[in-house]
Amino acid sequence: MAIRAQVVVCGGTSCRSSNSVKIKEEFDRVLKEIGIDKEILVFQSGCFGLCEKGPVVVIYPDETFYGHMTVADVEPLCREHLLKGRVYDKKVYKEKNKDDIAKIKLFHEMNFYAKQERIVLRNCGIIDPTNIEEYIGREGYEALGKVLTKMTPTEVIDEVSASGLAGRGGGGFPTGKKWFFAAKNKGKHYVICNADEGDPGAFMNRSVMEGDPHAIIEAMEIAGYAIGSDQGYIYIRAEYPLAVETLENAIKQAYEYGLLGKNIFGTGFNFDLELRLGAGAFVCGEETALLASIEGQRGMPRNKPPFPANKGLWQIPTIINNVGTFANITQIIRNGATWFSNIGDETAKGTKVFALGGKINNTGLVEVPIGTTLRTIIYDIGGGIPNGKKFKAVQTGGPSGGCLTEKDLDMPINYKNLIARGTMMGSGAMIVMDEDNCMVDVARFFLEFTVDESCGKCTPCREGTKRMLEMLNKICAGKGTMEDLTELKELALTIKDSALCGLGQTAPNPVLSTMANFYDEYVAHVTDQSCPAGVCKALIHYSITDKCIGCGKCARNCPVGAISGKIKEKHVIDTAICIKCGTCKTACPVGAIVTK
Amino acid sequence: MNKVNLTINGIQLEVPSTYTIMDAANVAGIELPRLCFLKGINEIGACRLCVVEIEGFRTLKTSCNITVAEGMVVKTNTPRVQKAIVTNLKLIAGNHRFECWKCPREDNCELLRLLRMYNIENDYQEDQTGTFEIKERIVNESKAMVIDSSKCVLCGRCVSACVYYTGLGILNYNNRGSNTFVGPALNLPIETAGCLYCGKCIQSCPVGAIKEQDGIEQAISYVNNKEYYTVACIAPSVRAAMGEEFNYKFGKNVEGQIYAALNKLGFDDITDVNYAADVTIMEEGTELIHRIKKHLAGEEVALPMFTSCCPGWIRYAETYYPELMPNLSTTKSPQQIQGALIKHYYAKKIGVDPKQVKVVSIMPCIAKKFECDRPEMENDGLRDIDCVLTTRELARWIKRNDIKFRDLADYEPASPLAKYTGAGVIFGSTGGVMEAALRTVKDIMEKGHEHQVDIKAVRGMKNIKEATMTINGIELTVAVVNGAKYIPEMVKRIKKNPGKYAFVEVMACTGGCINGGGQPIVPSYVAETIDIRQVRSKVLYTADKNSTFRKSHENSCVLEMYKEFLGEPYGELAHKLLHTTYTKRETYPIDD
Repeated sequence: MAIRAQVVVCGGTSCRSSNSVKIKEEFDRVLKEIGIDKEILVFQSGCFGLCEKGPVVVIYPDETFYGHMTVADVEPLCREHLLKGRVYDKKVYKEKNKDDIAKIKLFHEMNFYAKQERIVLRNCGIIDPTNIEEYIGREGYEALGKVLTKMTPTEVIDEVSASGLAGRGGGGFPTGKKWFFAAKNKGKHYVICNADEGDPGAFMNRSVMEGDPHAIIEAMEIAGYAIGSDQGYIYIRAEYPLAVETLENAIKQAYEYGLLGKNIFGTGFNFDLELRLGAGAFVCGEETALLASIEGQRGMPRNKPPFPANKGLWQIPTIINNVGTFANITQIIRNGATWFSNIGDETAKGTKVFALGGKINNTGLVEVPIGTTLRTIIYDIGGGIPNGKKFKAVQTGGPSGGCLTEKDLDMPINYKNLIARGTMMGSGAMIVMDEDNCMVDVARFFLEFTVDESCGKCTPCREGTKRMLEMLNKICAGKGTMEDLTELKELALTIKDSALCGLGQTAPNPVLSTMANFYDEYVAHVTDQSCPAGVCKALIHYSITDKCIGCGKCARNCPVGAISGKIKEKHVIDTAICIKCGTCKTACPVGAIVTK
Repeated sequence: MNKVNLTINGIQLEVPSTYTIMDAANVAGIELPRLCFLKGINEIGACRLCVVEIEGFRTLKTSCNITVAEGMVVKTNTPRVQKAIVTNLKLIAGNHRFECWKCPREDNCELLRLLRMYNIENDYQEDQTGTFEIKERIVNESKAMVIDSSKCVLCGRCVSACVYYTGLGILNYNNRGSNTFVGPALNLPIETAGCLYCGKCIQSCPVGAIKEQDGIEQAISYVNNKEYYTVACIAPSVRAAMGEEFNYKFGKNVEGQIYAALNKLGFDDITDVNYAADVTIMEEGTELIHRIKKHLAGEEVALPMFTSCCPGWIRYAETYYPELMPNLSTTKSPQQIQGALIKHYYAKKIGVDPKQVKVVSIMPCIAKKFECDRPEMENDGLRDIDCVLTTRELARWIKRNDIKFRDLADYEPASPLAKYTGAGVIFGSTGGVMEAALRTVKDIMEKGHEHQVDIKAVRGMKNIKEATMTINGIELTVAVVNGAKYIPEMVKRIKKNPGKYAFVEVMACTGGCINGGGQPIVPSYVAETIDIRQVRSKVLYTADKNSTFRKSHENSCVLEMYKEFLGEPYGELAHKLLHTTYTKRETYPIDD
């Protein structure tokens, strides 16, 4: 019997944590019960990207997008949509924007997807990542075949160079150039995929590995052919168990199909691929620390030069590319360098996957051509700021980056512009902030992260960032001075200039960027001992306004008994006892409690 | 060799292409600050003090480990570089517990030198609000040494030195970031970590983060106690290096002044371990002949025999090659023999109650502090040695008492236990024990023949030296292992050539005891310009050459001791007092 419909249940980690596996199993059960299981194909795909709406289920060929699915919704959906052919209204995606509120959009019409160009994510949400045949069915391993039978290694490198592809891990180094340098060396080479993805809030690589593992495998083989390597390693963080499992399974299947191992496609090309797991160190995303880790040593970076392309793993010429970089390779080979270089802008080519998080309506993954403006990403695709709040800033580049503000909304997002604005592309994590975020606190959050993750090898990062954090803590506690602000900036610049590796060289960026863009907030913390955004605990206090109706809910919920007052009379918070947990504010039915 | 042209601070230079920027700067007479750099051993660019501007590079780069390139333009003296050096020095100082007046490195601390040179303000130490706190003090100590993390600058030199000199790698980083500290794995006790106590870590530390366990206080208490008869004894190597602590040039023999200083410090008697070295040869030489005779008679006997005077080597064998324990000579080390003879022979001879005698030895070694406390090193309730001081500790004690060492006139000790032959004094150099032993063994086995005294084949700094001598028609091949790193290679050679080697000398410290873990520290920037092993061992070979008697069995005081007290070498009383046993050592388990 022919399949007449496909039910694609998102199987990415985020949706799984909301029970999407049980939802898939429920579909199996219900469809069997109804008796239509032989005509409907149900499977779990990789991440759809609109994680805000998870668990996500999409029905094909109708392209109907269902969000916030639960197990209880499965049976009614099956009956409505798959049996009766009607949209299951309760959970079908509806556009948030005022004009479209009643309009049900098809998958490709959704505002979220309409402005995206999904190259890296092309198979996520489309194929079953546990089945190699589905990957092959979408032109999988054709690029490898083309490369092995019709192109020389030099031609492959030239094609990648001509495409303008640059490192997607954050460095932005021209990929073709890196391969060229490595290939120039004689003898053995290694191909390494950096899948450590340590930036907080970044999950682009994870989704690619969970949703389209073969794209990476095929790309690594192409790279191996280009530079003269027969051995690849994927260094993947241990905190990604699903991606590890998916990749292991994909590698196993590739070996079974003769697409890894000896004499691939009968051309005499050999390539072996293995995983290497990290152990919880952000610094091991830095390429030389990554090499040390694979070598079984303590994950500490090394001085460059020499560069890994000349002296890499065990001192052998090695290329290390990010998952995001590799994910473009097969399409560049299939469609050509010209095709790729027509996407993007005059400074950088291709697309970039961003992970939108923070104060944004459509949390999730978006892939847009480089040069897309911030406004498009945040408002058109991201759906704007929730709860009617005002956009304040967006942090790009994670702990290595800085923030863009309102005046940057119409700036095309490319490597050059971001660096000019004191931030960087980084891995692609974008944390959006509104007026309720304190920018000093944001800087402190990121600095806390880098202080914890510093490997400890070099003086400026190990000691300097710690001193910077101490100063920031002082400032957020209301004990800072104007001298501290000057000292903070000077120390930050020296750390940037003299640290050994990228972690230390970029750790001061969040501080420098927030100081440059929100200096008045820093000054307020110092001279007024106040936190304008109402975040820094030491500098705010909770108080009850005249809106109070005397219901007593706040007092009943207060864990430390700091609120007193008679029924129907305005209540009062004793700030000496108050621990600023915010429970009263949440409990108040009339919004009478404010932070000052 | 390829040459490269580059510019440093506007100075044009042509240097070999293998040079680093720092090497090139040296050529130009520009000294760059550095702390973590140890040539050939630790070149990791961690301290960031040697950073320079290189045209074309965005950030500052370390000059210690970047090779020069044609046309490179380097600047070392810009405000940008200066700011980086000053800031990083302040950061290091901010995490350092300063107690310079008590610190063993006060006179040669590499951090203190830089702080002075750059006139650093201690901006990052604890401020009024107590915000900047010095790292919690993590200490790992044993009888021989103390690792004090509150002074550690995390340069990594000790980590690299341990691997480089012993091949073991006992020390490494624990935790990460600003919580990093150096110690054995999981910071389990150094005593059971498989450490040899060779002290190469101490010698490579730029500051006072690793040091010997203090013995000065105990020595002072002995000397000050009128009830005790305190006897000092100095090791062969001490005289070759002590002068360095008092700004004498390298390679000066200050033996007479050391005796004078000990006298001034209040010791009741002064002796010399060189005497016991001669006794060691009597015992060990006899033991070797004994084993060889047994072997020739077709009996089962453990050969080759290994020397046993280096406690670092003993720890190595007990931990890593316990199967070789039967091959170790049972003769105690000269230190222990000296103590035993002082307590059981000399005390009675001079009419002092041995229970009132306290022996303090001055050693170039920290493992000797562990050795003197080994349970076996006593007889009839009397410990052979009561306290060990390193060369450095004695120097500190002398300075604390404000004794003007350089003004002291040579002092000659009266005790017969201060008399020695040339064979005894060369014990401190690699190959010295072997040469001394062969001089005596050859004489004993070929009685009545005149023999050449110098056996040059076992001298020098090669990693493993081999020599073959014909004695009484028997061909004896011997070997000298110069540094713990080469022990596995020697064991390999022995296994591959069974029956070839008769006697093997092993010193854990390359160069021998003259380069021991208790010797005066040679700061890294000085060590680059001189091979301290050659310079110090020359002192000993010169003393040997100038000695009237150059063979241990010609020491009349030693012969008198055997005649009036000990009896036969390797005899019953000798076995009781001067021979010992060994114990297999377990390191702490690391697999669960």
